[in-house]
Amino acid sequence: MIAFSPENESKFQTLLTKYETKRSVLLPALHLAQEQWGFISPEIMVFLATKLDIPPAHVYEVVAFYTMFRKKDMGQYFLQVCNNITCTMMGSEEIIAAVREELGIGLNEMTEDKMFSLVPVQCLGSCDTAPVIQVNEDYFEKLSPETVKSLIRKLRSGEKVESQEERC
Amino acid sequence: MLAKEKQVLLRHIDTPELKKISVYEDTGGYQALKKALTMKPDEIIEEVKKSGLRGRGGAGFPTGMKWSFVPFNSGKPIYLLCNADESEPGTFKDRVIIEKNPHNLIEGIIISSYAVRCNKSYIYIRGEYAYGARVLQKAVEEAYAKGYLGKNILGSSHSLELVVHRGAGAYICGEETGLISSLEGKKGYPRLKPPFPAVQGFLECPTVVNNVETLSTIPWILNNTGAEYAKYGKEKSTGTRLYCLSGWLNKPGTYEDVLGMPLKELLETHGGGMKNGAKLKAVIPGGSSTPPLTPEEVDKMTMDYDDVGKYGTFLGSGGVIVIPEHFCLLKLLERLTEFYWDESCGQCTPCREGTGWLYKIIEGIYHGHGKESDIADIKKTAGNMMGTTICALSDAAAMPVLGYLKKFPHEFEAHIKTGKCPYGETH
Ligand SMILES: Cc1cc2nc3c(=O)[nH]c(=O)nc-3n(C[C@H](O)[C@H](O)[C@H](O)COP(=O)(O)O)c2cc1C
Ligand code: SF4
Ligand code: FES
Repeated sequence: MIAFSPENESKFQTLLTKYETKRSVLLPALHLAQEQWGFISPEIMVFLATKLDIPPAHVYEVVAFYTMFRKKDMGQYFLQVCNNITCTMMGSEEIIAAVREELGIGLNEMTEDKMFSLVPVQCLGSCDTAPVIQVNEDYFEKLSPETVKSLIRKLRSGEKVESQEERC
Repeated sequence: MLAKEKQVLLRHIDTPELKKISVYEDTGGYQALKKALTMKPDEIIEEVKKSGLRGRGGAGFPTGMKWSFVPFNSGKPIYLLCNADESEPGTFKDRVIIEKNPHNLIEGIIISSYAVRCNKSYIYIRGEYAYGARVLQKAVEEAYAKGYLGKNILGSSHSLELVVHRGAGAYICGEETGLISSLEGKKGYPRLKPPFPAVQGFLECPTVVNNVETLSTIPWILNNTGAEYAKYGKEKSTGTRLYCLSGWLNKPGTYEDVLGMPLKELLETHGGGMKNGAKLKAVIPGGSSTPPLTPEEVDKMTMDYDDVGKYGTFLGSGGVIVIPEHFCLLKLLERLTEFYWDESCGQCTPCREGTGWLYKIIEGIYHGHGKESDIADIKKTAGNMMGTTICALSDAAAMPVLGYLKKFPHEFEAHIKTGKCPYGETH
């Protein structure tokens, strides 16, 4: 049986008290589920539908609508490269090329060891520090092909990489 | 250039640890709330009307007027939703307030909620701003602990519950009715207006939707009066705003200055001029949905709501994107049209089909497969997309394409005539 961890279950119960309707809790509950399991499987969708008293079909269509909900395993580090206008102007194509070279995967692919996957994303709201990449939930800004490669190497070797909290 | 001490929004932004409530209070924070709670709600709405403040989310609707449309005695709860979806390409100003000065926004929300008789408010923040959401969450908890949020705020009769709600990656949730659908736990489908959210919005109740920057301006107006605010800027474009400068500039970033300032000055002073002395080709003045300007227009235009109309464009979200001579505009348009196609929610045929067609035609021209007839097809497709749909995304996708075609026809022609990209883009 699928279940939230005790910690997440208590977060979920708090969420229920904050919203007018159970249905409104769906997005935060999906974020919580993704935090726990890494992606949203069909079983998780049914689990949440039951918890929120809504039809499973409703959960499916919401998961499909929002790009941040991962429908399958995207590995340990989910690399999201912005390729909107400013990032493209400032070199995101070179960033993508550097990642591909370093990891040997293309866009929308995952490395065999399931450590990295690479996807293009729309504007991340950080155009003044273009080109930008989001790794899981953290932004890495003003990148060059060299700095993005060194970032990947650090992630791979387990070397400490400062989180956004630590940098801000 | 507006002096630091005269700034409304960024004056204290470099203060270390400003995101902590005690530091915010040391800069005069939460004084406006104390003052507001001694006033009548209608007096606050009046003050905001006097300020001339217009919404900073893109549409520029007068804030005080929007608030006065709310039916206060319908017997239904009233909701205030803060739009922190910030997904218009080229826009990153709300992020600065959220990450560095969250209490400024929270104070603005509390005052505004009191003005519109609301006891429940949500901040809808785009999912990608995970760090910003954590900063906000912490700030909200601090505000509760200090009695600025919750029941009987500072001993007054006003109560407010405030929830930070994360989106999950959908540009359309920035459109106010899409945001409402999303907050109800549904797909972010926009709804036909009327009814306007002020009358029938979240859970069918009266709902005010305002942008982060709009709400963050409210404390200053309370502290200094609406009349003082209206002294900044111009007659119908009062106040200051945040300009997001990005692209080929020496100093990209978020800067505060008055409305109505010359665009050229904005780029030269704040932006530090063109990077590497490159030649300017075009400027997008207010986010990707706004039609571009030629260098001649950039020399003349001022950043006020009326003047921009003369150049067929809008102030939009404040996202100013600077494009150098060497950057191919068809490449830019290929990115742009793909974005709108990707983000169309698909409810309306002209938008769903039109965004796809525009992308395919533009992509073809960019890749050297363009035909002379493509130009007419672009005009026809874009024309059919305007004024015919549930929300403005369709217009936002069509208008800029027509703008590039009108102002930079030679770039399209050069691709079509030679069958390749004149900038040597290889694909
Ligand atoms: C496609 C589309 C996307 C939008 N995205 C945003 C957004 O990200 N943030 C925002 O504040 N307003 C956005 N808006 C404008 C909102 O619909 C609404 O006008 C605004 O939030 C009202 O707040 P304001 O009056 O304070 O500007 C968008 C509009 C459209 C049509
Ligand atoms: S105009 Fe486009 S985005 Fe807006 S509701 Fe219609 S299909 Fe959806
Ligand atoms: S274009 Fe990449 S962050 Fe905006």
